[in-house]
Amino acid sequence: MNGCELIREAFALAKSERRCALIPYLCAGDPDAETTALLLATAGSTGADILELGIPYGDPLADGPTIAAAAQRALDGGMSIEGALRLMADATAAGAPPIVAFTYLNPIVQYGLERFADALLSAGAAGAIVPDAPLEETGPIRAAFSPRGLALPLLIAPTTPLERAAEIAEASDAFLYLVSRLGVTGARREPDFDWIDERVAELRERTSKPIAVGFGVGTAEHVRRIAAVADGAIVGSALIDSYAGSRGEDAALRAARFLESLRAEAG
Amino acid sequence: MDAAFADPAFWDEYRALLRDFVGRPSPLMQATRYVGEPNAATLLFKREDLNHTGAHKINNTVGQGLLAKRMGKRRIIAETGAGQHGVATATIGAKLGIPVDVFMGALDVERQSLNVYVMKLLGARVHPVTSGTQTLKDATNEAFREWAGRVEDTFYVIGSVVGAHPYPYMVREFQKVIGLEARAQVLERYKRLPTDVIACVGGGSNAMGIFSGFVDDSNVRLWGVEAAGHGLASPDTAASLNAGSIGILHGSRSFVLQSAEGQVRNTHSISAGLDYPGVGPEHAYLKESGRAAYVAATDEEALAAFHRCAEREGIVPALESAHALAFAERLALERGREGLIVVNLSGRGDKDTRHVAALESPLSS
Repeated sequence: MNGCELIREAFALAKSERRCALIPYLCAGDPDAETTALLLATAGSTGADILELGIPYGDPLADGPTIAAAAQRALDGGMSIEGALRLMADATAAGAPPIVAFTYLNPIVQYGLERFADALLSAGAAGAIVPDAPLEETGPIRAAFSPRGLALPLLIAPTTPLERAAEIAEASDAFLYLVSRLGVTGARREPDFDWIDERVAELRERTSKPIAVGFGVGTAEHVRRIAAVADGAIVGSALIDSYAGSRGEDAALRAARFLESLRAEAG
Repeated sequence: MDAAFADPAFWDEYRALLRDFVGRPSPLMQATRYVGEPNAATLLFKREDLNHTGAHKINNTVGQGLLAKRMGKRRIIAETGAGQHGVATATIGAKLGIPVDVFMGALDVERQSLNVYVMKLLGARVHPVTSGTQTLKDATNEAFREWAGRVEDTFYVIGSVVGAHPYPYMVREFQKVIGLEARAQVLERYKRLPTDVIACVGGGSNAMGIFSGFVDDSNVRLWGVEAAGHGLASPDTAASLNAGSIGILHGSRSFVLQSAEGQVRNTHSISAGLDYPGVGPEHAYLKESGRAAYVAATDEEALAAFHRCAEREGIVPALESAHALAFAERLALERGREGLIVVNLSGRGDKDTRHVAALESPLSS
C-alpha cells in the first residue's frame, strides 16, 4: 500500500468502528530524539490512527507558542530533517500507524523536493502537510509526491471561501485538514464548533474525502464534539503541554494518560 | 486594494495627507561638502529625513492606514524593529482614529526605549515579543500570527516591501512618491537624468520607492546598499542579496540568510532598520535581471559616513541611510565631474545618537 492508501485505510478503519480517527501531533526532537521515539511508540499503542510528526522550523508562522517553543527546543538539541526522517523510519519499522510529516515549505525546498519525497518513502512515511504552501504553490510538491504515492493533505481555514474550499478539497490527498477557528495552533483558543458543523456539512456535499479537524483541539470534550461531525481530530499543542517539562518514560506515561482520555471520547 | 487603487478619490486623500501631514514634497538638496573633492560627481540628497516622524516609513503607513479605514477595519497592527515603522504606524492610527497594536522584539523594546515611549504617547499599545531571537523577524512572525486570529477586524500594516502578495507591490506603490518627486526635481534643476541612484536596502522599501521613479530610464544606474555588518563573509551580516540564497520567508520567495537546512539565520547590523534576514522579492528580480546592482557597506563604513554627513553637511543621517552614503562617497569619486548622483537620505539619525554614543564611549568594549 502506498502512503495515500495507508491513510485512507486508517480513516476507513476508524469509521467502521464508528469513531473518529485520533491524530496526535508530535514535534521531532522535543525535548530530545529518544523521548520523541518513545512518544511515537506510546501514541501508536494508545490508539492513534495516524501520527503527525513535525519537522522543527525556527519561524513556524502557523504555530502558537507551545509548538513554536517545542520546535526551538528541538533545534537547540540539534534536530534536523535527517533526524526527523530517522525517527519516522524507526517508528514505522516498529509497526507505528501511518506517519505524516508536518513541515514548513522552506526547509524541504532547500533539501530538494524530489530528494525529500524519496526520503519520506524510504522512511516509510505516508506523506506531508505543508501549512504555508497555498494551493497555487503546491504543484512542485505534488509533482514529487504523486508518483511515489505520498499524500499531500491540504488545509481549509475559516476565511477560505466555500468555492475555494471545494477546489482545495478536490486537490487534497487522502483527507482534508479543517482548521477549527481563526488563528494559529495552540490550546489557548477554543475551536469554533458552530463553524465546524456548518463547514463540514457544506464540504460533505462536495467531497467524499475524510475531514479531520485541528488547531485548538485539546480536550476530551472537543474530541467528542468533533467525532459527532467529522472523521478525525488532530491534537498537537495540548499533547505537548501534557508532558511539558518531562522526558523519556515519564513523558511517555503522561502523554499516554492524556491520549487515553481523548480516545475514550472519539466515538 | 484594487478598488482603492482604481479610485482617484483614494489617491486624492493620500496626496493631501502627504502634503499637509507628512510635509511632502521632500526637498532635493545638493550635498556640496560631503565628498569634498572638486573632481567628484555632483551629489544630491533626497531629504526623506525631513518627513514627519523622520523617515520614509510614513509614506507607506499613510497609504495603508487609509486602506484600513476604507475597508472598515477597527484595529491596525504592525511589526517594528528599531521602532521607526511602529512610530509611523502609531502616528497614522492617531490621525485616523484607529487603535494600533505594535509587535516588537523584547530585545528591541529594551534597546529602543525612546521609540517605545513615543508609540505609547501616540496611543499605541506595544507588545514585546519574547520568541526566537526577540528581534524584527520574530516581531513579524508574531504580527502574522496575531493577524491570522483577527483578520476580520484587523489590518496588518507591513513596514517594507516584504511579505506575501500584495504587500511588496502595495508598499512599493506607496513609496513610489519618493522616486517620482526625485525624478521631476532632478530634471527641473539639472535638465538631465541622474547617472546613478543609491539607496540602502534592508527589506528594501525606500529603495523600491526611489528606484521605481527611474526603473524605466535604462541609462540611470540603480544601486542598493545592503548592511554587511562585520563583513559579507562573516556570520554577522544582514546582506541577504549579497550573502544569502533563494528561500521562502514571510510569504515570499526571495534571497534569505539561511542555513543549508533552510533555517533562517540570525543577522547583524549596526542599524536595526536593516537587520532583517530577507529582502523584498522585487529586489531579487532587479538583481537577477541586472537592472539594479547590490553592494554592501560594513558597520564601520556606515559609522564613518554617519559622522562625515553630520560634520560636512549639517545632517545627522539615520544609520540605515549612512550605508547608502558610504557607497555614495566611493561612487562620486569614481564617476568624476560628469556624474550626477541621487542618494535617498531615507531617515534622520536622532534615534541613533544614543546608540552611536554608547558604541564610541571609551568604556564600551
